[in-house]
Amino acid sequence: MDFGPVLDGFGVVLEPTNLLYCLIGVVIGMLIGVMPGLGPAATIAILLPVTFGIEPVTAIIMLAGIFYGAQYGGTITSVLLRLPGEASSVVTVFDGHALARQGRAGTALGIAAVGSFIGGTVSIIALTLVAPLVAGFALDFGPPEYTALALLGILLVATVSSGGRLKAVIAACIGLLLATVGRDGFTGAERFTFDNLSLADGLDFVPIAMGLFGLGEILYNLEERHGAVQAPTKVANVWPSRADLRESAGAIGRGSLLGFVLGILPGGGATLSSLAAYALEKRRAKHPERFGRGAVEGVAAPETANNAAATSSFIPLLTLGIPANATMAVIFGALLIQGVSPGPQLVSQEPELFWGVVNSMYIGNILLLIMSIPLVGLFVRILRVRATILAPITVLITLVGVYTVNNSVFDIVLVIFFGVLGYLMKKFGFEPGPLVLAFVLGSLLENSLRRSLLIFDGDPIGFFTRPISGTLLAVFLLVALLPPLRAALRRRPAAPRPDPAPQDTKELV
Amino acid sequence: MAAGDTPRQAGEAALSGRTADEPHGGEPTLDELSLEEAIQRVEEVEHEGRPPAAGPLSNALIAAAVVALGIAALIGSARLGLGTVRSPESGTWPLLVSAVLVVLGLGLLATARRTTDAERFSGASWLVLAGLATMIGFVAVISIIGFEIPATLLTFVWLRFLGREGWRTSIVTSLAVVVAFYLVFVAALSVPIPHLF
Repeated sequence: MDFGPVLDGFGVVLEPTNLLYCLIGVVIGMLIGVMPGLGPAATIAILLPVTFGIEPVTAIIMLAGIFYGAQYGGTITSVLLRLPGEASSVVTVFDGHALARQGRAGTALGIAAVGSFIGGTVSIIALTLVAPLVAGFALDFGPPEYTALALLGILLVATVSSGGRLKAVIAACIGLLLATVGRDGFTGAERFTFDNLSLADGLDFVPIAMGLFGLGEILYNLEERHGAVQAPTKVANVWPSRADLRESAGAIGRGSLLGFVLGILPGGGATLSSLAAYALEKRRAKHPERFGRGAVEGVAAPETANNAAATSSFIPLLTLGIPANATMAVIFGALLIQGVSPGPQLVSQEPELFWGVVNSMYIGNILLLIMSIPLVGLFVRILRVRATILAPITVLITLVGVYTVNNSVFDIVLVIFFGVLGYLMKKFGFEPGPLVLAFVLGSLLENSLRRSLLIFDGDPIGFFTRPISGTLLAVFLLVALLPPLRAALRRRPAAPRPDPAPQDTKELV
Repeated sequence: MAAGDTPRQAGEAALSGRTADEPHGGEPTLDELSLEEAIQRVEEVEHEGRPPAAGPLSNALIAAAVVALGIAALIGSARLGLGTVRSPESGTWPLLVSAVLVVLGLGLLATARRTTDAERFSGASWLVLAGLATMIGFVAVISIIGFEIPATLLTFVWLRFLGREGWRTSIVTSLAVVVAFYLVFVAALSVPIPHLF
């Protein structure tokens, strides 16, 4: 492998502007990880307008920093308040909060920071070695492979998202339909525009992402009543002791590997890997009963894994052009806005962007380690900022920000519309993530499908005769059909009464 | 918030070989719960302030809305020209997607009685409507009188009435926020957002 471009990437990272935006990104990420309300996908969506004025590599360095920075920040609320700010820190609550109650909050935060740093760094090194291989392999992909890959990616993200699987797939279908609005690339016909000129060029990604993730989440949070947060004033003794480090060394090592591998899979990502790493440590432990009562490994393993996964989930995005989760879908949108289409050609055609972003993560992780150990007191104090004050500021940033993209009032109307849609979706148990992901991949999917059908001369069997697209589609069918089949089989012996029978058959479809 | 089946099952498997012989206090520890239950508990606490789950009728209505949307999209796609597999037309792909949507919506309708992940509208939902009204007001007047006055009002309403902050905090914060926005967007970045001054 040629390491020249990798080294050039460091040159890109060390430019003062890029260093500055890396710092801004990780600080914002850490902040939103700590603060209640917005997750990384929402934050990145709201900041999309900011990225218009800056270089692509700088923009993505910042957005990536927000994403992995949030993994560090989520730990703090999990440990101190028993409130996981991010889904990927839920398991950290068990042992992290137990440690905090024993007066060892500092230990938990310290070991989480060290674990996150090691997990992140191991994952970047592995990414550096693996990504060019994946990209090289994917260079031969034609339209049929992309059709299969996009279908599988959307389905996997919908399958592992929270809430009902059926609802997530419905959300994805709506996203695919929204992507068809505007002029058809093949025939030039206008689709679903209702003779509205503003819709003729299709829906913009920015108002959709900002509305569904940003405004939707804020409106949804309005209905929630929270008691006053009782944050501890300060956290002592954050530097992990040698004994703690020795105890969790194995957990950190295994967490790094597990996180890296699971992060690559579409839909895998940080949440899944933190759960899997925790379960693995508990199974391996000589005294599993310690878990849940303040085992240091119980903090180290999931925090290491979620950070490793956050890093490696950039692989499918940057090498295949398939986002692995909702946040990656927003970053994908940001790249498209910048005129960069992520895919296998990115490594060879835009080495500066690719290696600049990848290598910036080393710097970002070092910055986050500094913020999580010596400066952690600062972020603990931020726990006192009230969501009620942040909400209107975020709303204004969204409304004004979306206007600045095209200087169009219609975009403000759109963002409000999608804000309401996002609110209703969350309210009724539909995750907005699959919708945004499907919207982003919609035109790629349709174009590849139509091109493939032209190649195959209208014979869909062609998809199955090519080895890669055939395998991917087989996996797709397996993932799509297995859960409903299994559910139906499980229910039959359990419910001998004929009452739910007609419903079962319908659900199989 | 949580993830799919695989790690949870792995977690349960890992936790099944547990020993439950020691004494414990009021709060159940991890030993007595499977990982899945423990995660659910954490999430329940996080969602304590949320409205209760919606009834079967609402769930059926939601499913019906999905089906209706699917049918509308089906009709729309059919109008665009269906094409054939050999020569796909503009309507082919939307037709496929909306057909899947209809089928999935019917599946949702069939399982409506067992659905628990939708919430019902509560008294707090009026806050959402009020918040929405401020945004609509903002967009309605921005091109006529600029962003300053509607932005101040929006922030004030959100702070005082939606967030129940004190009068003084609300007034001072809303003015400060708008001044900051003016300085950043108009003075520093010269974004052409409609403004009074």
